[in-house]
Amino acid sequence: MNSSLRSFRKGTLGTAVALVGMSALGLSATAQAETLNIVSWGGAYSMSQHEAYDKPWMEKTGDEIVNIDRSGNALAGLRAQSQAGNVTWDLVDMLPADAMIACDEGLIEPLDHDELLADAPDGTPPSEDFVDGGLDDCFVASIVYSNIVAYNTEMFPEDQQPSTIEDVFDLENYPGKRALLRKPINNLEWALIADGVDRNDVYAMLETEEGIQRAFAKLDTIKDEVIWWEEGAQPPQLLADQEVAFASAYNGRIFNAMVTEDQPFEIIWDAQVFELDGWVVPTGKLDKVKDYLYFATDTQRLADQAKYISYGPARKSSADYVTTHAETGIEMEEHMPTYGPNFETALQKDDLFWADFSDELTQRFDAWLAQ
Amino acid sequence: MSHSSSEPLTTADGVPLKVSLRRAVRRSKLKALLLVSPLLAFLVIAFVMPIFDMLWRSVDNPEVSTHLSRTVEALKGWDGESLPEELAFAALVEDLREGQEERNLGLLSSRLNYEKSGMRSAISRTARRAADLEPPFRESLVEAHRAWGELDTWRLIQREARPYTPSYYLAAVDRQVSPEGEIVKVPAHLEIHVALFWRTFWMSAVITGLTLLLGYPIAYLLATLPLRRSNLLMILVLLPFWTSLLVRTTTWIAILQSQGVLNDMMVAIGMIADEARWQMIHNKVGTIVAMTHILLPFMILPLYSVMKTIPPSYMRAARSLGGKPLLSFRRVYFPLTIPGIAAGGILVFILAIGYYITPALVGGQSGRFITNYIAYHMQTSLNWGLAAAIASILLFVVIVFYLIFNRLIGVDKVKLG
Repeated sequence: MNSSLRSFRKGTLGTAVALVGMSALGLSATAQAETLNIVSWGGAYSMSQHEAYDKPWMEKTGDEIVNIDRSGNALAGLRAQSQAGNVTWDLVDMLPADAMIACDEGLIEPLDHDELLADAPDGTPPSEDFVDGGLDDCFVASIVYSNIVAYNTEMFPEDQQPSTIEDVFDLENYPGKRALLRKPINNLEWALIADGVDRNDVYAMLETEEGIQRAFAKLDTIKDEVIWWEEGAQPPQLLADQEVAFASAYNGRIFNAMVTEDQPFEIIWDAQVFELDGWVVPTGKLDKVKDYLYFATDTQRLADQAKYISYGPARKSSADYVTTHAETGIEMEEHMPTYGPNFETALQKDDLFWADFSDELTQRFDAWLAQ
Repeated sequence: MSHSSSEPLTTADGVPLKVSLRRAVRRSKLKALLLVSPLLAFLVIAFVMPIFDMLWRSVDNPEVSTHLSRTVEALKGWDGESLPEELAFAALVEDLREGQEERNLGLLSSRLNYEKSGMRSAISRTARRAADLEPPFRESLVEAHRAWGELDTWRLIQREARPYTPSYYLAAVDRQVSPEGEIVKVPAHLEIHVALFWRTFWMSAVITGLTLLLGYPIAYLLATLPLRRSNLLMILVLLPFWTSLLVRTTTWIAILQSQGVLNDMMVAIGMIADEARWQMIHNKVGTIVAMTHILLPFMILPLYSVMKTIPPSYMRAARSLGGKPLLSFRRVYFPLTIPGIAAGGILVFILAIGYYITPALVGGQSGRFITNYIAYHMQTSLNWGLAAAIASILLFVVIVFYLIFNRLIGVDKVKLG
């Protein structure tokens, strides 16, 4: 943390000096060492990118990399910068659903993946090496992450630990508060699965009025016991303080708390909702970040990132290179969302569904909360 | 004699005095204008223009007419009773092909999706396949996405082809245009804005009342104590004013939360049981307490400035004429402070309805304001038109309050410091 802070400071200082120098001399951006403004999510996730991609890249090329923690509002930021005619971001880490919208609006570059990205070590072209949905018109996935529900093992008797998503909705056998994301996303899916809907039918059901009503009715059964969270850092904190028994969370955050902070947490992998996350290039920035993008999405770099955070690499070929956790040395494999036993009942988030219904369902969800 | 009176007065160098005077006045006016021009320019750029831009965005509706221009043209004269002619379908394919090539359909699909969920994917999926679609387009479009076979879709396109739309304002007050073209309430499960508006207004009124209740005695003390002690008191009033808003807000979290200072103390003295700790934060109570504290100086200062001007001899006179303390206060002192109450009240109320950081941090679900929804539409849903409409409504409300205030009290009577 300390060292990254220091290098971050050095980074900003370097940028400032470089900018002043460039403008003073009237040099263009083709000067030897470049400054790349890279937007990401912050926290442990940005750290993992910094360690796995940025550090080796800066050593190799002497470029400066400035990290900006704005991915939470990346689409709004891209739109505002593009409307103002001054795009300062060079590369943005974004969810595929947002990337689809940005792509339709022409805010980001369409990408020729086989041309721009590295082949796998055995020569497999990128278009075959990335997981399903990992390469979209304007999008390159880098990780597979998962929305899961975790619990604090100390809050249940040893012989009655929860294990399925049904248990999360079962107040009788598993009493206690639940912390859930204050958005319809994931909650509606889980409610339906816990209500007995087959996971393959979840999104088809949610397109119907009965399906939505059924999901909200199921959520109604636990509504009084729910604390709604909005920041990714909240769930591990609430679990650690035993303010809640269950909390929905991003699997990497729970992993960090379990492994580096020794918290007595366990992840319920049943009905995990996994999705991808990755890179997009703002319009006009492709030439500038081409080389970095090639480097940061190759097989080794994606495998390296898994040393720092328990998100699965988006390339199939990276799986063989995933090793142990950098700090504690534990095997990472079984903590990955894509690990066989964890993945059995996984549901892939339907980005097209949420692109269409997110506005309406969010409003409905807010109205439901206000009731 | 008559000759000299018709002769105009002149300055030493022979210019008529009138002209010279006019010149001098003009020059000094110009100088004054130059002096204020930086401020004026700043106000225009940073204040007036954004407000007009916001008002403009709340009704601006260019998406359909620009990106579906051929379709709109083909729909002219369509009666809306049955699906349009093949001509309109062909025009739509043409529009989508062009849009896909220029990659500018995103705003259009977002715009239509606000009105009808599902339009985003209807447009993006169809546009991707538009180049391969074969005539007759009516069949191939319906096959590409079922939305094109629905009458509502076409009525929507026809309706939203107008350059200005009331639909953002309608959405802001939980109304919508039905497919038949009538203004109706949205379904009950989608109603949210009106309730939030009311909550914002009544909670702001409560906060204003509380600041008055707490601020009035303090302002009185400030105005009547000897200077040395009132200065100390003034510093105590201003100190929190100079502290960061976030610090003050998060301090209240530390004090009020269920494991917080206040609950701990009440448990320690046995006032409440450990299991029955009070929920005082992340709800209405949290918002009201924190905002009352934060806005208190805005009530105290105008009150103080008004009370300072009331000569103490008035109260003494009232007392010497036989008025009991309460009567003298009610009949003499209080009426003289009304301009201060009004100024502080309007100031606190207007600031309160515009607050959003504090409600977001301590308001939880039940203590949220409409402003939090503006922020949500600005940053997350990216429905800037709706955000602009809600903000414009707030602006109108503020203006109405200001006009009422001006009518009752008169702005010229207000002094703020």
